[in-house]
Amino acid sequence: MTTDVDSKAAIAPAVAAFGISKRFPGVIANDDVNFDVRVGEVHALLGENGAGKTTLSNVLTGLYRPDAGHLEMAGQRVSFDSPRAAIDAGIGMVHQHFRLIPTFTVAENIALGAPMVGEGRLMRMSNIEERIAELGEQFELRVDPTARIWQLSVGEQQRVEILKVLYRNATTLIMDEPTAVLTPLEADALTATMRSLTRQGRSVIFISHKLGEVLSVADRITVLRQGRSVATMDAAGSTRESLANVMVGREVERVQRRGTGALPGAPVVLDVHDLSSDGDRGLAALRSVSFSVRGGEVVAVAGVAGNGQRELVEVLAGLRPRTSGQIDVDGEVMDRADARHPIRMGVAYVPQDRLGTGLAPDLSIAENLVLKRYRRPPVARPPFLRSSVINAEADELMERFDVRAPSSQTPTRRLSGGNVQKVLLAREMSGNPKVLVVSTPTQGLDIGAVATVHQLLLDAAASGVGVLLVSEDLDEVLALADRIIVMYEGGITGVVDAQDATVASIGMLMGGGQSSEEVA
Amino acid sequence: MSIASRVGLRLEPRVENPRWMNWVVPIGSFLTALLVGAVLLLITSQNPISVYQRILERGFLDSGSLSGTFISATPLLFTGLCAAVAFRVGFFNIGGEGQFYVGAVFASGIALALGADAQSWIAVGAMVLAGAVGGAFWAFIPGILRARFRTNEIITSLMLNYVAGIGATYLIFESDSFWRELGGTGAVFPKGKIIPLTAQWPSFNLGSLVVPFGLVLGALIAVWLHVLQKRTRFGYEMRVVGGAPSTARYAGMRPSRVIVSVAMISGALAGLGGAADVGNFRHVLDPKGLQQSGFGYAGIVVAALARLNPLAVVFVAIILGGITNAGYALQGPDFPAGLVGTLQGLILFCTLGGEVLVRYRIINTRRQVRAVAAS
Ligand SMILES: Nc1ncnc2c1ncn2[C@@H]1O[C@H](COP(=O)(O)OP(=O)(O)OP(=O)(O)O)[C@@H](O)[C@H]1O
Ligand SMILES: [Mg+2]
Repeated sequence: MTTDVDSKAAIAPAVAAFGISKRFPGVIANDDVNFDVRVGEVHALLGENGAGKTTLSNVLTGLYRPDAGHLEMAGQRVSFDSPRAAIDAGIGMVHQHFRLIPTFTVAENIALGAPMVGEGRLMRMSNIEERIAELGEQFELRVDPTARIWQLSVGEQQRVEILKVLYRNATTLIMDEPTAVLTPLEADALTATMRSLTRQGRSVIFISHKLGEVLSVADRITVLRQGRSVATMDAAGSTRESLANVMVGREVERVQRRGTGALPGAPVVLDVHDLSSDGDRGLAALRSVSFSVRGGEVVAVAGVAGNGQRELVEVLAGLRPRTSGQIDVDGEVMDRADARHPIRMGVAYVPQDRLGTGLAPDLSIAENLVLKRYRRPPVARPPFLRSSVINAEADELMERFDVRAPSSQTPTRRLSGGNVQKVLLAREMSGNPKVLVVSTPTQGLDIGAVATVHQLLLDAAASGVGVLLVSEDLDEVLALADRIIVMYEGGITGVVDAQDATVASIGMLMGGGQSSEEVA
Repeated sequence: MSIASRVGLRLEPRVENPRWMNWVVPIGSFLTALLVGAVLLLITSQNPISVYQRILERGFLDSGSLSGTFISATPLLFTGLCAAVAFRVGFFNIGGEGQFYVGAVFASGIALALGADAQSWIAVGAMVLAGAVGGAFWAFIPGILRARFRTNEIITSLMLNYVAGIGATYLIFESDSFWRELGGTGAVFPKGKIIPLTAQWPSFNLGSLVVPFGLVLGALIAVWLHVLQKRTRFGYEMRVVGGAPSTARYAGMRPSRVIVSVAMISGALAGLGGAADVGNFRHVLDPKGLQQSGFGYAGIVVAALARLNPLAVVFVAIILGGITNAGYALQGPDFPAGLVGTLQGLILFCTLGGEVLVRYRIINTRRQVRAVAAS
């Protein structure tokens, strides 16, 4: 179908948007957006948090109806009433939050809700599996069709999501921040898949905040700014700096740690000794980990996801029982596995899953900001809450941390990624913590927001807080940390001073110090 | 190809939920039910306008009718609050029915135990307490089962309705229990002992209007619940636990504890309804009558129509109570028997339909097919 496209389709773009506008109460999410995706290209959408990228994808996939403007596919005007209409027309969305049933097999998940293949009404699993294997072969998406979802890694689950839309014959795939959840190796595999898709005449709309990635995989780039499409350019000839400039409209400076180490004479605020714990499946996930953090210090925990980092931070936050070991916070023993205890002792925690764990998405910004202080005065006058105090504090914190939202009464689920993270950091840092544990704090944030968050973390350290930063992003780790702890299979394989660290030396430790026998 | 797609309509989940839906949808559901009811009446060659007019008169407008409506509304008010508060935190308590019976058993038990010599306010107070405790106890069972063993509360609370119904029947019909009247005609026809006069709940007279103590109590509790949910720490915990359980755990709340507490509050409300039923109206434990009324299940309709808002529950209970009351008053050869039941069924059906409309939008697939064909 790709080799002998007729001349008209070869000129007409696969998908084009003309003057798309979409309003939400108080915001114009898309404002006269124009762009087109050529057949066989990777077209990147760039823009700050809240620029309207996801909204535009939702318009393209029929989830939202635009207030103005129209879409064309191969030169023909189309309009979608529902996601099903869009997929029937060939536009498929690869969701960032996977919508898979864990106990079903890959093939069952893919067949679910898809039109039947072939004649007759019986669903033949073997036919479906065969077709999936074919597609996998064709587009470099290797995954066992008979495997059950819960057995798969995050990267493999994403492949299933991609196969799901390919199985429905999508010709244009929209991927909204697909690499945010992937390890570097998995991200490389995804890049290969995108190349293979476009080689075979499919088109990809690729949304990412990682400029390096965008430059290496995209053919053309459209930048959105405050809902408007401000420019479309070729990736060849663009640089990080030029893209950042168009996106933000100013230079963005990368934040770099300048001070070195703990403040003079600063006490150890977090001392972890011989800590072990089990993972979700009951197997040992954290094995005899010991380290300490001094006030004013930024200690990074580096490692490929799934090597015990999650278990470590959850034990520190009192959300997971430990099987052995001792934790001291500012000289006091933390002895109860209970989330209230660490909060009282001054351990602030910014979890990786911001809207699922860190915030209550349906509650307002103001209500979320008091999530850890609602029990005591001045927020509470038991048994009541004082909404005047809550709202006044919210206004002040939103000002101080530059949270951009229509008002403090906006539900947090309406916020863009960067603002969600700012709300979380505002809450955790305003509680005067001694230790700040942050897990992948800049995942999904735009370059400006990344700089802001990095600066906030360094400010916290400068004020004497001990910061424990868990991250897979080595650039981030190297830019912020004083010391780097590398974890592999639940244990610490090395502690490196940031001055002596290089990407190569840390990468080596992340693989267990051995030759890489990495699972993708 | 499914039937729905052949018809050309399909449901898609809504992404945005405009605010006006909160009140337009329930009112719309209610009016739709009346409209469908009117069609039914026309088919049975009745004049819907005159029937509805009579319901309006006998339920609300005629002198004395509102007093009767209040009596019918009282149990619905309590069971409506019971469902509304539990559903808010995602605890689907279908057991209002059983909790209502247990409340009635406890309240009548304490009234009989205190006897005729107790001071009235003590007897009434004790009944209120006993009813609440009985209902709370009955709801505690599905609550703790869910918290400890993750059992589905819909099933456990529903099953417990049957247990409570059979238990209450046993007390009056199959045993010589403390509740049963063994003397007089009671020796032949099983029935409960009448509670002493001092334990019978008062009613307040406002001119010609009679307001039962139970209704006043229920309305006060509705206000209390509203304040609890909107203004207190516990209400805040309810909202976090109901919407984001793992965030609640992260913040140091104890979701299980909140859910069990809410389950017990919910049960206590239904139990209070049972107490009010004995104290204000029946003055006796009447298992057959209770089971025929189905107040617990009707409460779920009330809560749904009120969109789980406690203050709205008061109004909805009075409206549905008025229809029920008019049904009693109008029973007779010229009034279709079963109309009230049918109407209530229609209201439930339309309310659920309305909820579907809140969550989903209806799509015309025909139009879509054309749009795709054009491409
Ligand atoms: N359902 C909604 N209701 C109200 N406002 C919304 C809704 N969805 C998005 N918005 C608002 O529209 C704007 C654009 O949001 P969108 O999610 O499209 O941004 P984005 O470019 O995808 O950002 P990010 O990089 O953070 O994912 C934001 O201001 C957001 O708050
Ligand atoms: Mg987005």
